[in-house]
Amino acid sequence: MNVTDIAFWIFAAIAVVSGWRVFCTDSMVRASFLLMLSFIAVGLIMVLLNAPYLGIATVFMMAVEMMVMALFMVMYMMNPAGLNPMMMVHQHRFSIAAGVFVFAALTGLIVVTRFSSNPVAPDAEVVVGLGKELLGDSMLIFETAGVTLLATMVASVILSSRSGRFGEADTGAVPPPLEPGGEPAGRQPEQASGHAHHHH
Amino acid sequence: MTLTTILIVAAALIGIGLYGTLSQQSFVMLMMGLELMLNGVMLAAVGFWSLTAGGLPTGQLLTIIAMAVMAVEMAVGFALITAVYRNRQADVTEGLTTLKH
Repeated sequence: MNVTDIAFWIFAAIAVVSGWRVFCTDSMVRASFLLMLSFIAVGLIMVLLNAPYLGIATVFMMAVEMMVMALFMVMYMMNPAGLNPMMMVHQHRFSIAAGVFVFAALTGLIVVTRFSSNPVAPDAEVVVGLGKELLGDSMLIFETAGVTLLATMVASVILSSRSGRFGEADTGAVPPPLEPGGEPAGRQPEQASGHAHHHH
Repeated sequence: MTLTTILIVAAALIGIGLYGTLSQQSFVMLMMGLELMLNGVMLAAVGFWSLTAGGLPTGQLLTIIAMAVMAVEMAVGFALITAVYRNRQADVTEGLTTLKH
């Protein structure tokens, strides 16, 4: 058992235990930090697996993401500071059974499957290879991911904004007036109840 | 550190994440379960890339796509939580019952 193996087992234990404790802690902020610990341990395992770019990118990305997560946790926390016990679960036994079943089924499959062995060469330039792949043959995939992220930004702003561009989102859009404080320009949206136009 | 042990650790993360996703009532905690499942998927992908694919660059690309999926899931999930809270003042799954009947 060499240093890499010892490091792997330590990181694996941290990843699994902190991942489990996410759902046992009383404070949601602590839960997000435990999840960050789990991600960082997985990122360090990736570094051990000769994927330094992916591992370090995971660590950086998760550090930032979990800070944002902690902010949302404070916004939606029912139990400030974790002073009271929190156990907000439903269908608990079914969930435990499903989790254990999936773990057992995957482990069984992993144990009985014979994987081919073709490890990455220790002196391979994996980061250079990834960069050439991203900006070469797989550029379309990479760019599609970028456009998807842009669409996600637009969608999340639309979903989370309180109102539409010209007023409340659920009252229908009204065009802006031509002069300040005047009548809305253009054709008015039809009133559903059949009343006369509503003048402000 | 063999491929088997790496995949078993990934399976443990996926199992814990599934438990969290199914059991938590709070939307934000539910999303943590989803993130934990994707964490396991990423670990398994890197394990396969490192030990069976011989350093093929497209294997690393798969992990980057999984990371992008994770970012999309997180952003849209929190936007949906905010939208649901604005419209229904609900922050647990039991607060949403309009599709039940």
